[in-house]
Amino acid sequence: MAEVLLNIDDLHIGYRVYKGTLKVLDGIRLVVHTGEKVGVVGETGCGKTTTMRAVMGILPRQAIIKGGRITFKGKDVMVCGPQGIRTVRTDGMSMIFQDPTAALNPVFTVGEQLADVIKYSHVGRGLERRGAQQAITAMSIEALKQTALPDPQRIITNYPFQLSGGMRQRVCISMALVTARDLLIADEPTTNLDVTIQDQVLRLIKQLVEEKGMSLILVTHSLGVARMMSDRIYVMYAGNIVEAAPTEKVFGNPLHPYTQGLLRSVPKLTGEGIGFGIPGRIPDYFNPPAGCRFYPRCDFRLPECENEKPELYETDEGHYVACFIHR
Amino acid sequence: MPRLYRVQLEVKGLPEDIFVIEQLKKYFATDDKTKYVKAVDGVDLVLRKAEVLGVVGESGSGKSTIAYTVMGMYEPTSGRILFKGRDISSRATKRPMEVKKELQIVFQDPSTSLNPQRTIAQILGLPLRVHKLADSKGITDKVVELLNMVELSEDYLYKYPRALGGGERQLIAIARALATRPDLMILDEPTSALDVSVQAKIINTLIRLQSELGMSYLFITHDLSLMRNLAHRVAIMYLGKVVEVAPTQEFFEAPLHPYTQMLLSSIPVVSEVEDALKPEKVIARGEIPSPVDVPSGCRFHTRCTLVMDVCCQEEPDMVRIGSDRFVSCHLHTK
Repeated sequence: MAEVLLNIDDLHIGYRVYKGTLKVLDGIRLVVHTGEKVGVVGETGCGKTTTMRAVMGILPRQAIIKGGRITFKGKDVMVCGPQGIRTVRTDGMSMIFQDPTAALNPVFTVGEQLADVIKYSHVGRGLERRGAQQAITAMSIEALKQTALPDPQRIITNYPFQLSGGMRQRVCISMALVTARDLLIADEPTTNLDVTIQDQVLRLIKQLVEEKGMSLILVTHSLGVARMMSDRIYVMYAGNIVEAAPTEKVFGNPLHPYTQGLLRSVPKLTGEGIGFGIPGRIPDYFNPPAGCRFYPRCDFRLPECENEKPELYETDEGHYVACFIHR
Repeated sequence: MPRLYRVQLEVKGLPEDIFVIEQLKKYFATDDKTKYVKAVDGVDLVLRKAEVLGVVGESGSGKSTIAYTVMGMYEPTSGRILFKGRDISSRATKRPMEVKKELQIVFQDPSTSLNPQRTIAQILGLPLRVHKLADSKGITDKVVELLNMVELSEDYLYKYPRALGGGERQLIAIARALATRPDLMILDEPTSALDVSVQAKIINTLIRLQSELGMSYLFITHDLSLMRNLAHRVAIMYLGKVVEVAPTQEFFEAPLHPYTQMLLSSIPVVSEVEDALKPEKVIARGEIPSPVDVPSGCRFHTRCTLVMDVCCQEEPDMVRIGSDRFVSCHLHTK
């Protein structure tokens, strides 16, 4: 097995709100190895983005970390201080956000924003004073060219509003990949894009990540996208990892009732009709169920599910599932 | 195991065209009034009785503009809309009540299409009162009946939309559209703001209601795999024009237009069986052009892998292939 690049261990995060505390993340465990492409799949409000924001150290102010450790290359990123986390962000990992329009600053040109990324990274710090500007411009153009953007010389002088949605997302990808990083976190990178554009952007991310030997965490709500992009998949439900397995096992032999329900609900090209979905709603984070958080919606619940929380049991090599049925 | 609902692919009896769109155009002037956004640029569509027609397209293809023009929120720039043989190409304010009663719409985002200050009973009661379908005594019974039709209990009567989840809100929006027992329902991306596990429930409810009440659906969406399970026929739109219309099964077996092939091969799927059903990989390329400066000739020629000289100059006509298929592409005009 390749070495562990990122390790999230028993992460608990809540949000302070007026009425009390929302207990969102409830013991997330997630591992990314070097060179691995990991998919994180879950529906709205299951804590996917909160987990990724914790990794980058960009949680909103209301968030409280109640426990757990996140280690990146053996270093704990939650206790390494402002200088430490800055190094992680400039040199260790980069992130692509869901909405490229919000991720780009509207009052600076694409070139200026790309130049900032380079300037504050190890590449920028290593540049000679003289000629630095030209070097940075050349690197920016090269990065834009890699994402198959037409006419990069012109694009670096454009403001984000002059570009289309697909082009803006490509600019974000070039910002994330312009300097060498170990890990790319893509948080729903194609949710706002049309299918034909999504296809192009995903293939581009995959190709660049593989070329540069990086690791990838792809956060998505689409099972199809996760299947296309990742080696291993984590399925999240209500702040828990409910199933973790290599991609072919998640789709070939899904074990958790939630994963099964989700797969049944996806409209298929075979035209066999659509499964009945999963009745009920995601639990209220003020008072989440004491035991398994999927208990109220589960068709296969056992008496112990109500008050005991299942751990991740290994059923088969590399296939983990948090369900008492598979104990 | 809950039952799976499936659309019956054969329409019983003689198909009757209840809804016809002829050469519909809708242009919007740009801010400086010098150019036009050609949102819908000459569309012909026919919808038969008790049929589900899926209108599929990417953003900017004009599919929502068609829905809004049909509902009378916009006046068409040119062209005709016929509903049961009657010309309704005017604003909603000028339409007779009985047309409005038989034509209903469900919008994409149920959190903005339901009044946050009204209870569910008030929301569902309004169309009943407007169309005088119930007197003040019988109205609650009627509303409960509507709730039951979408499988919600009467506990919902005095709740406000904010107390409901996205899926339940959308069911309320569907119930409101059903209140007048319409013959044609326009569904404008009714599930694209919802998660798949919730979408499944809504779609199954829609299929059941369609077969029980014999309504026709004009289902607007960007999701082709959804249409495979729901529509009798699909119409694919690109940049304000329909490029292909075909019965669902034939369409998914052999898509004819290069754009539909690209669209179909770009869908991420969840099993190998489905991978095998996709057409040979057509690498998606290029961006969707702006509807202000529509490319000359065939609108798709800037992204097409099979582009010929004629495509850049001449706009292809819609041609009939087989009994019920239409495609507009120079590859098929000969």
